[in-house]
Amino acid sequence: MPQWVADRGTTLWSHHAMKSFGTRSFMPSPPVPPAPQPVATGAEHPQAPLSIHDMTVAYHRRPVLWDVDYDAPFGKLVAVVGPNGAGKSTLIKAVLELVPRASGQVHFFGQPYRKVRERVAYVPQRSSVDWDFPVSALQVVAMGLYRRIGWFLPVTKKWKVKALEALERVGMADYAQRQISQLSGGQQQRVFLARALAQDADLYLMDEPFAGVDASTERAIVSVLWDLRKSGKTALVVHHDLQTVPEYFDHVLLLNMRLVAAGPTSDVFTPDNLRATYGGQLALLAQVGHKMKLGGET
Amino acid sequence: MSEFVVRISSWELLDTWIAVTGALAAMACAVPGVFLVLRRQSLIGDALSHTVLLGIVGAYLATGWLQRLGWIGAAHGTPHAAMFVGAIVVGILSSVLTEAVQNAGRVESSAALGVVFTTLFALGLLLIRAVADSVHIDPDCVLYGMIEAVSLGEEGIPRATLVNGGMLAVNLLLTAAFFKELRVTTFDPSLANTLGINARLVNYLLMAVTAATLTAAFESVGSILVIAMLIVPAATATLLSESLAGVLIIALILAASGAVLGHALAITLPAIIFGPLGFPDVQDASTAGMMAFASGMLFVAAMIFAPRRGIVSQAWQQARLGLRIVREDVLGLLYRLDERHPGSGCPRVDLLKMLATGGPIFTRVALAMLRSRGDIKAGVEGLRLTEQGRSSARDLVRAHRLWESYLARHFPLAGDHLHQPAERVEHYLDSSLQQEIADELQQPPIDPHGSSIPEAAASTSSTAAQATPDRKERGST
Repeated sequence: MPQWVADRGTTLWSHHAMKSFGTRSFMPSPPVPPAPQPVATGAEHPQAPLSIHDMTVAYHRRPVLWDVDYDAPFGKLVAVVGPNGAGKSTLIKAVLELVPRASGQVHFFGQPYRKVRERVAYVPQRSSVDWDFPVSALQVVAMGLYRRIGWFLPVTKKWKVKALEALERVGMADYAQRQISQLSGGQQQRVFLARALAQDADLYLMDEPFAGVDASTERAIVSVLWDLRKSGKTALVVHHDLQTVPEYFDHVLLLNMRLVAAGPTSDVFTPDNLRATYGGQLALLAQVGHKMKLGGET
Repeated sequence: MSEFVVRISSWELLDTWIAVTGALAAMACAVPGVFLVLRRQSLIGDALSHTVLLGIVGAYLATGWLQRLGWIGAAHGTPHAAMFVGAIVVGILSSVLTEAVQNAGRVESSAALGVVFTTLFALGLLLIRAVADSVHIDPDCVLYGMIEAVSLGEEGIPRATLVNGGMLAVNLLLTAAFFKELRVTTFDPSLANTLGINARLVNYLLMAVTAATLTAAFESVGSILVIAMLIVPAATATLLSESLAGVLIIALILAASGAVLGHALAITLPAIIFGPLGFPDVQDASTAGMMAFASGMLFVAAMIFAPRRGIVSQAWQQARLGLRIVREDVLGLLYRLDERHPGSGCPRVDLLKMLATGGPIFTRVALAMLRSRGDIKAGVEGLRLTEQGRSSARDLVRAHRLWESYLARHFPLAGDHLHQPAERVEHYLDSSLQQEIADELQQPPIDPHGSSIPEAAASTSSTAAQATPDRKERGST
């Protein structure tokens, strides 16, 4: 026992009391995780826009996301919320098969991903690409249409008009011909959003579209999201600003290496759940993960 | 100069073939080069230029075995197709192995590349010994090329010219066919994958094409200088264009001009330089070397003179911004003096002393500009604002005091710490930003020091009008 604990024990407490309380009593009690709630997850709705069943994602055998069961509701905006390293981006990349899954099944609208690619649009993190690339805003948006244009065929007028319409929806039509490095961060984010809109999908997976954008871009993105909802589309959005979650989103998915809770914002976005999400990772999960990485060696 | 004319007039048909071959090789290399540079994989070109040696030697060995087995006739000799197949196989193999080493060995990508390419190159050097007796592969030729020997002992169009020309045609065709796919996998491979365009497959295609192109080119220019052809025109072109098609076209033009210029320099420059130095025997230099050198010089020229990102253009923008700041500071100073002592002018000497910004030359140029624009005039009592100058100055002082008020609202700064930041920022607040600040602070009549904030000019004043085109300058400071 360190010296200072013993000193305090003799001056403030009797030895007997010291023993019975233990050193833990000096610390604030850790947040008590709420009992697992029987939320409406668990791949019970196979036709859902996104249905994840028992998905685990691992890097070098160490799981970074454990056993996720989740059904996304139709026509809702879902915030994916959790601390850094919780596996939010990994969740999105894994369902899109951009990173390999260690286990589990994922279905979109009741189909495997490769059959319904065109119904799913992805907005990657803005920092994932090189914005000095010699390409204009319009050309970036047109990339969202490449699958529909088809192999070998050029981007004709008809497709450029479609791309321009998408830029208009995010208020960026005036910047169509700009090289992308000349756009501000918020404008670049809107170009990425426009590219997803051009895909005309039914499910949108967005990785931190609000990161580092100005207030007017945030308003533009929110109004686009609300328009999407109005036309019955679903969006899963990785989101960092807890304050705006209840205002912007109908549902939340709380994540910290595992799914902590998911459901309507009013039910799930509670102080208890947030404490469980942000109150440190489950220590045992990290230990087991480390063992798995070492392959059972000690 | 006359020396140059004499030398260049000795240009013969052979020189034309050398230049044309070099140009075709450089152009063929520039096409995959553009994509490698944009993918930040320039080093892979370096690596492949070495590992294809293994492919070529392996192809010789394999055809030798097949001939012995009787599967192909010995009369074929060693077909060139085999060489390309070998190079392509090894090109893809290097890429696959690098990924494997990176994942399994958990080393970072450039280290993995370093491991794979030196190992494969060394294996190639080892195998060269095995075939050296039966087939002639000259390591010197592999490393340095022999473009000068391009058409010796040949009839009609030299073979190297045909091979490189054919490679260029193949590359252009492939690029045209897969333009969209190359663009999207280069810019955003994740998106490409979600669209069902397999970024990894496109990457292997690029590696195969790069390896084949290097094989075609390095017989002429060698495996070291071929790296210059792959990377330098492409890197130069990215400085000069803002569209992918533009970059490709400019890279092709630069590649061709670098090659022709290089050969012209190779037959003229050495004699011009070394003759006067007392080395009359030095008549020409390695053409391949001069081609690489010429490409390098074109890159330097682009770096200096490129329209927006070039050093000259940046310096010019910087100077223009600096001048505008000094001009505005002069106006602001005169405005404030006039506030305190209405109607009095300011002697030029005093003004120069009071100005914090700008060196002596800048300040004089700025004053001359203000006078010629009619913003200030010199009277008996010194310099004074004209009506037009006062309107610009009012706008600037408004920006300054609004910013001070904004800082005072949002920053925990002492009152005497507000002026300096505002001096910096005042030059960048155009009328719409001023409007936004004023709205947020509910149109404050006075700044934190109690000085009145001038009203916004009814019509756009000249400073506000300037602020819009000058927005570009802001990005460069």
